[in-house]
Amino acid sequence: MAKLIVLIAGVALIGFIIWWFFGNHAVDSEAASVEGNQQTVAVTVKGGYSPEVIELKRGVPATLNFTRLDSSSCLDHVVFPDFGVNQELPQNQTESIAIDTSKPGEYAWACGMDMFHGKLIVK
Amino acid sequence: MSITKRFWTALVLSVPMLINMVLMPLHIEVPGSKWIQFGLTTVIMIVAAGPFIQSAWASAKKHHSNMDTLVAIGTATAYIYSIYAMLTNQPVYFESAAFVITFVLLGQVFEERMRSNASGAVAKLVDLQAKDAEVLRGGKVVRVPLDQVVQGDLIRVRPGQKVAVDGEIVDGSSTIDESMVTGESMPVTKHAGDKVIGATINNTGTFTFRAEKVGSDTMLAQIVELVKKAQTSHAPIQKLTDKVADVFVPIVLIIALATFLVWYVALGATLAHALIFAVAVVVIACPCALGLATPTALMVGTGRSAKMGILIKNGEVLEEVNDVRTVVFDKTGTITAGKPVVTDIVGDNQVIRVAASLEASSEHPLAEAVMAKAKAMQIEAPVATDFAAISGKGVRATVEGQEAFVGSEKLLEDYLVSDALREKMAQLQDEAKTVVFVGLGGKVIGLIAIQDAPKATSKEAMAALHKRGLKTVMLTGDNERVARAIADQVGIDDVVAGVLPGAKAEHIQRLQQDGPVAFVGDGINDAPALTTADVGIAMGSGTDIAIESGGIILVKNDLRDVDRALSLSKQTFNRIKLNLFWAFIYNVLGIPVAAGVFAGIGLTLSPELAGLAMAFISLSVVTSSVLLNRARI
Repeated sequence: MAKLIVLIAGVALIGFIIWWFFGNHAVDSEAASVEGNQQTVAVTVKGGYSPEVIELKRGVPATLNFTRLDSSSCLDHVVFPDFGVNQELPQNQTESIAIDTSKPGEYAWACGMDMFHGKLIVK
Repeated sequence: MSITKRFWTALVLSVPMLINMVLMPLHIEVPGSKWIQFGLTTVIMIVAAGPFIQSAWASAKKHHSNMDTLVAIGTATAYIYSIYAMLTNQPVYFESAAFVITFVLLGQVFEERMRSNASGAVAKLVDLQAKDAEVLRGGKVVRVPLDQVVQGDLIRVRPGQKVAVDGEIVDGSSTIDESMVTGESMPVTKHAGDKVIGATINNTGTFTFRAEKVGSDTMLAQIVELVKKAQTSHAPIQKLTDKVADVFVPIVLIIALATFLVWYVALGATLAHALIFAVAVVVIACPCALGLATPTALMVGTGRSAKMGILIKNGEVLEEVNDVRTVVFDKTGTITAGKPVVTDIVGDNQVIRVAASLEASSEHPLAEAVMAKAKAMQIEAPVATDFAAISGKGVRATVEGQEAFVGSEKLLEDYLVSDALREKMAQLQDEAKTVVFVGLGGKVIGLIAIQDAPKATSKEAMAALHKRGLKTVMLTGDNERVARAIADQVGIDDVVAGVLPGAKAEHIQRLQQDGPVAFVGDGINDAPALTTADVGIAMGSGTDIAIESGGIILVKNDLRDVDRALSLSKQTFNRIKLNLFWAFIYNVLGIPVAAGVFAGIGLTLSPELAGLAMAFISLSVVTSSVLLNRARI
């Protein structure tokens, strides 16, 4: 009987894992606010990036301010392959990264080990 | 707390448990050992494992998972079960949790150190920059910091000093060590009028040069920018691992749960045993080796090639180089020196006079040869008007009221030429000379023969490529005879001659039908071909547009570097494949072993051994990448 309960609980947990990690969940996204001739977005790095998807306006100089609160060494660099940026993110410090918004398109970014991802949309 | 500090904390607190483990088979029981283990492990879980758990929780809330998820779940399971076991008087597994944390942190400490080693290339390049310069300001020489040097400044360089920025020597001469930028080991002699490169070291003489490129425009700054981009770029093979974290980790969790259920429910193992198998699965499956395999090899490979004066723009290029079957070369400036000289003139002085007036404003290398000859013969050329280019054939203009033209033999379709001149043309072409026709008043009045000798190293470069089993082809706008003569001199397999400037890309496409093609070129007109080819290799001396279009840039202008670039790219790519192979094999084989599939033949893996194996494989992947620095090319 105990084994049956364990079995049911285990299978239920497997179902939950599938739904939680593979299900279709809303992604934390944000559009940059333009002030003067400058757009800025603050990105918090904790168990991933919030926001994960950032929309920028084309042609307006943009700055992303990354603050890493997570102590995982996985997240200690942020890499923008399209811009040649590989920025170290010391914990609890805000690091600014200037983004070239002259060309519209989608630009992915990732952590130093390519395990966490985010995306910039310039339009 | 830093990773290093967390590691030491975990290690020091684990030692008593290790001693306890050694004493146990000797039947020496430390009184209250369970409580001591509980205390020590609790501290480890809070101090050393806490950050893993926090990070895992934070990402789980965002529907993400990573290696921290596995470490956290694995150790927390062992820890929490052990508390339950302790309270119900069953065997505990505190040491498993403690040892796994220690080994994972050990792996990360080494990994961090190796990663900073691997990324050192850019920092070293930036360090090459001169710190200040002696600038002529208001008639006096003043020492100013590098960032205050502006375009047009006159800068004095004494023996032993670094050249601050890119420019042209206006006075004096010296030998300069350019090895740090071009990789060329021999010092180069430079006089007034020669270009100097920032960050190179002046050996013997003193000279003054005019700053032409400063700040982010200098060659060094651009090299740094390129290397940075290459190192952060993704090789297409990596797309595989991009998905790993988000898909792999949940699957591992599911496998671990299934392992537990099979052992506990189906096979009737004790709760403790079933749990231990599940924990071992979670721990061994950490995908960090997979994540490290590509970026570390890419970093070391592109960094090393940059030191040799070979700039590889991104990971994609590395991958494509592997399949290249044919290497196509542009002739002028690539195989040859690109500095043609006039060798023969057929006709009277009027021939060179008309040619010079037509070529005066052209920047074509052949035009420069004509102008140099006219200057040497002290011939004053009249000013030509109403220029019209005849694409790929030559130019037409009005000289002293008459229609004049200069161009290749393709012009012969439009104009009449005597048989004597035709014969002379064939004879000159057989000597690998380019023949230019000069006409006045609708009639060809003479020929100018121009020769552009192959570079001394071209022959050796071709031999190296042939040894690699590659086919070499020369693509040129020159006529068949000249091209063939040059090809025979350097040992090129095939010649495609008489190609119009716009048609180079088309010919590359045709060659691509037999397999991937690499194209080596330097001119503006080579840009489409460089882009069309699977691998575009631009000569560093080439135009900015060519450099922009190429995937690999050879700073030294030495064709032998084509072979080196191919070799280095192949090695880097092979290293990536090797790394990925081992990382995968490790996970694929490790998981069933940890799950107890082979328990029947006595092959099992305890969680702490799984932790050690995981740390070891991450470390060996990074080490294998760093060893690329030592690989023979």
